[in-house]
Amino acid sequence: MFGPLTVKPAESKGDKTGSWRTQVRPHYLHKDCIACRMCLIICPEGCVHGKEKNAFWADYNFCKGCGVCADICPKKDIAMVVEESKGEDK
Amino acid sequence: MENSPLFKSGHTACAGCGQAIAARLVVEASGANTIIANNTGCLEVFSTKYPETAWGVPWIHSLFENAAAVASGIEAALIYLGKKDTINVIAQGGDGSTADIGLQALSGMLERGHDILYVCYDNEAYMNTGVQRSGLTPFDTNTTTSPSGARSSGNIRPKKPMPEICLAHGIPYVACASAGFPQDLTRKVKKAISIKGPKYIQVHVPCPLGWRHETNQMLPVAKLAVETGLYPLFEYENGVLTGRKQITPKPVEEYLKTQGRFKHLLNNPEEIKKIQEIADNNIKKYNLRLEI
Amino acid sequence: MKEFIEGSHAIAQIIKACQPGVISAYPITPQTHIVEDLAQLVANGELKAQFVNVESEHSAASVVLGGSATGVRVYTATSSQGLFYMQEVVFNIAGMRLPVVMTCANRAISAPINIWNDQQDSISLRDAGWVQIYAEDNQEAVDFHLIAYRLAEDKRVMLPVMVCMDGFILTHGMETVDMPEQEKVNKFLPNYKPLYKLDPAEPTSMGLLADPDYYMETRFAIQETLKASLGYLSEISQEFNTVFGRNYKDLLVEEYQTKDADKVIVAMGSVCGTIKEAVDQQRAKGKKVGLLRVITFRPFPYARVYEALKDVPRVAVLDKAVSLGAYAPIAVEMKAAFYGKKKGPKVISSFVGGLGGRDITLESIDEVFRRLTAKEVNSDFIDLKPELLKEDTRR
Repeated sequence: MFGPLTVKPAESKGDKTGSWRTQVRPHYLHKDCIACRMCLIICPEGCVHGKEKNAFWADYNFCKGCGVCADICPKKDIAMVVEESKGEDK
Repeated sequence: MENSPLFKSGHTACAGCGQAIAARLVVEASGANTIIANNTGCLEVFSTKYPETAWGVPWIHSLFENAAAVASGIEAALIYLGKKDTINVIAQGGDGSTADIGLQALSGMLERGHDILYVCYDNEAYMNTGVQRSGLTPFDTNTTTSPSGARSSGNIRPKKPMPEICLAHGIPYVACASAGFPQDLTRKVKKAISIKGPKYIQVHVPCPLGWRHETNQMLPVAKLAVETGLYPLFEYENGVLTGRKQITPKPVEEYLKTQGRFKHLLNNPEEIKKIQEIADNNIKKYNLRLEI
Repeated sequence: MKEFIEGSHAIAQIIKACQPGVISAYPITPQTHIVEDLAQLVANGELKAQFVNVESEHSAASVVLGGSATGVRVYTATSSQGLFYMQEVVFNIAGMRLPVVMTCANRAISAPINIWNDQQDSISLRDAGWVQIYAEDNQEAVDFHLIAYRLAEDKRVMLPVMVCMDGFILTHGMETVDMPEQEKVNKFLPNYKPLYKLDPAEPTSMGLLADPDYYMETRFAIQETLKASLGYLSEISQEFNTVFGRNYKDLLVEEYQTKDADKVIVAMGSVCGTIKEAVDQQRAKGKKVGLLRVITFRPFPYARVYEALKDVPRVAVLDKAVSLGAYAPIAVEMKAAFYGKKKGPKVISSFVGGLGGRDITLESIDEVFRRLTAKEVNSDFIDLKPELLKEDTRR
């Protein structure tokens, strides 16, 4: 029988919310990064990954382009750049 | 943690959602041995649309107003099973489900002394239904049910003093936090779960859609609320004020002008004066002014 | 062991024997004696359960929801306004497929406020997705709670069960009850093993949002499960008979002198005791009358009702509830059971009585049989006081 509606986290892949992104996306410059992890901590999507300096990255499958990571970066090492393409592949 | 996130990507919150940030920080601070009961609201809807879930911890949603009571049942069951000492129970909801429709259930939970952390994500209106006024909507805010107009400058009442209401229950820990100060929020959650008994944390979470600011302005807006004295960050342990974020107060106008919900006030010095008084009272009450 | 015992005390004793881990309730007359007893049993250390004193019935139902979702057997009890106040949670518990067991001490609905018995409260929640079983006496009330847990926790079911017992008449009535022994209870009702639960060892999200792509199937699943539960109830009652030496046929309906009857009353709950006596008296005078007692109201046993009454010419349905502005609740089901069928009563008349604790006496029952004529009536109130219905002269 169908129900109750329960889901185990492993079964959930998550919607590819990157497809709804605003017109801009974060571009991690990897120049002055000090690995303070603020971008990772503050990302509303939890889609920023990385451990070492100049090695942080946003998973564009989920990034909605809010720009909070760029705003919080103390080294201004994340630039918001205009999207070039549309849809899932952006 | 990155291999099995406790609050993972793919949820459907709006871009720049302050609540999504705070919710992730709360569950990460509490850790994998946590069970969460969630009221109906934005967070519940955007994190658990079947067949997806963002939650890496056991999580339950029942109704709009009963997370505190459901969590009480979870806690009671864990005590019965002899597992309470190893598992944190969190009840959480938005400002409406906490201060309005869920206030009774929350009061019951606090009064009964359950070992539960209650987290209120305060975005200051019913955002999930389209920005209607709640008991935690600030004075003079323009919402869809407290609109400004020829005979109104917005919401007619100040915020319901939820932290004080919780304090009056004699609970061991009450704190206010903000998505704009993530490390402070994490620290407060960790402290709260280390204390046995009912705990209440109210987190100020900007809502770009409802507050009408750009998505990348989440942090400056959240910080200005604190820096003007309109959203004091404090903590009470056993009824005693033990911590506060001290500020060099900025005029409230700096905060108000960042958001569309206060736009109607900008040419209205009389109303701005009233809001400044609210901030001044907070600054005095909690001794927020940084002494130089 | 046979005991002369108040209904509420007997219920508390049987709940103790079922060993729930979480009990939560809010006081409302006439449910109070049950939960007071349970609180005392916990205080005495005789029952190892968490008793959560809540600030409302809404929270009582929410607490047992949370407890059940954590994988523990739970119990609550309420009545009347209390049931209505928890209504939102009552529907939620069924939708979440949690095997909660609740006692409803049936009581009238406000306004005007009235603490006495009828069945308007639980019947109003008939569409909630709960199994509803109505006891005639306290022996049944006790036995039905055991059966309720077995059915609710059956992996084929996983739905909540409400045991309905008439307020005061049963809850406060003293009767001799054969109390099930603990060893037999343990045999009949094994420890609860949840299918799904909140546990950090295996994180699960429960109570998710279902959009139009998923919602309808969840309701369909409950509907199909409830229909199938009619069979499970029969099956479980036979096992119950074996363990406890009782003689329940199937717990769906009871047929009392219906085989050759010209006239049969259909009713539910404790009033059936009075009706049986009236039937006996009329039978002694040579009148072919009988009683069909509905035991399980949800799921409704249409096929059993059809078989029982298909050759009876006239049927009177006596509801202790009213659907204001429409046919009475049990009457609606009776008419539905025979609509479009080849056989069935020529007349199904509907009577409403006993509201707000108005006594249904032997004379009331005789009156129902008298008014059951070739002319069908609907929601015809019995035992009304004509003097109260005259235009109010005080205005």
